[in-house]
Amino acid sequence: MNAWLLKILVLLLLAAQLAVADGLPPLPADYCRWEVRDYSIEEPLCGLEGNAAQGRKIVIDTHGGNCLACHVMPIPEEPLHGTVGPPLVGLASRMSTAQIRLHVVDQRQFNPATIMPGFYRDPRLDNRVADGFYGKTFLSARQLEDVVAYLATLR
Amino acid sequence: MIRLALRAVLMLATALLAGAAAALEPVSGYDFLVPETQAMQDDEFENPGMVTVDQGEALFREHREHEEYACASCHGDNGEKLDLEKIASYPRYNRNLGGLVTLQDQIGHCWEINMDRFPLMYDAPELVELETYVRNRAIGERINVQTDGPMQDLLQQGEALYQTRFGQIGMACQHCHVQHQGQMLRGQRLTQGQANGFPQYRLAKGEITSLHKRMRQCFISFRAEPFDPGAEEFKLLELYLMSRGNGLKIETPAVRF
Repeated sequence: MNAWLLKILVLLLLAAQLAVADGLPPLPADYCRWEVRDYSIEEPLCGLEGNAAQGRKIVIDTHGGNCLACHVMPIPEEPLHGTVGPPLVGLASRMSTAQIRLHVVDQRQFNPATIMPGFYRDPRLDNRVADGFYGKTFLSARQLEDVVAYLATLR
Repeated sequence: MIRLALRAVLMLATALLAGAAAALEPVSGYDFLVPETQAMQDDEFENPGMVTVDQGEALFREHREHEEYACASCHGDNGEKLDLEKIASYPRYNRNLGGLVTLQDQIGHCWEINMDRFPLMYDAPELVELETYVRNRAIGERINVQTDGPMQDLLQQGEALYQTRFGQIGMACQHCHVQHQGQMLRGQRLTQGQANGFPQYRLAKGEITSLHKRMRQCFISFRAEPFDPGAEEFKLLELYLMSRGNGLKIETPAVRF
């Protein structure tokens, strides 16, 4: 067999290998990438500005963020706050907005054992996702910025 | 009341002392219930799961005309010839039946082979009724699942599944039932997720719920594609869950949220 042909074949095979190396499907078209620095995400997702009033609704909504399932929050009109996570009363006095953003986006970045879902985690990393949720983030970038804006008011 | 408070303090102290993972003393979900629900479970007339026990009992005794046997023909009219210790040791390893065998597998096998009936799907209503009846016969018996020999490897697989994150929410069983047990999730206290009361009556759903169905409900709640009832993954998880609860008393039909 022609040695050159063989070499070209091997190279082609290697290139094909590299192309699927990370084995991940493409990211959803509207997904905005984010960058972690100093346990923070400095830039708002997609450059959006959050709405704190809207965020307050999302943290209560059981089909939205459902933050109350696990956290005690200063929302007296809602009964039954959870205690799985730490209370969020006074959160913004303890962390910067950029730190809060990383905590909500993907806490596993700095705490791999956490129970807290990554609300804007790279959806390609999820395991065995149910049909309707495959390739989607838990919250949209806008919802996430709304929640961050609300949490930043908890002084 | 004082005893309850003491028990709660003791549980908390145990949880704190034991710290991480497997060293925890098993505590039945019963001990996490409010007294009203405990009373409901304890009273045979109040316990809504007893309907299923009765249905299972009827099936157990049903002797169809053209058939040679009923379950009761071998196991006794009231199941008095059932081996209660054996019931408490499921899932068991049985090479002839292809490895790991749950109690429901065993009942289904009997139904199909010994009674020559049309085979039932895993978690079919008849199987759940029979399983509920049979486990209820063994109420109070202590769970005693084999953990050595051929089970060792299967247990490791079950534990690995228990530690695996699933779904968009990305939680593993252990997050709620080991790391955060005893904490409130909205209005509900997270239990150890022990399996000693299954099939159990779930107040939130208003129906009898088999273990595999309950695990499917967990998967769906964290937006994961659940395994099928009777899938190998669920059987491995069942084995691991039961081994975690070795020593707990069978409570079928338990009443839970």
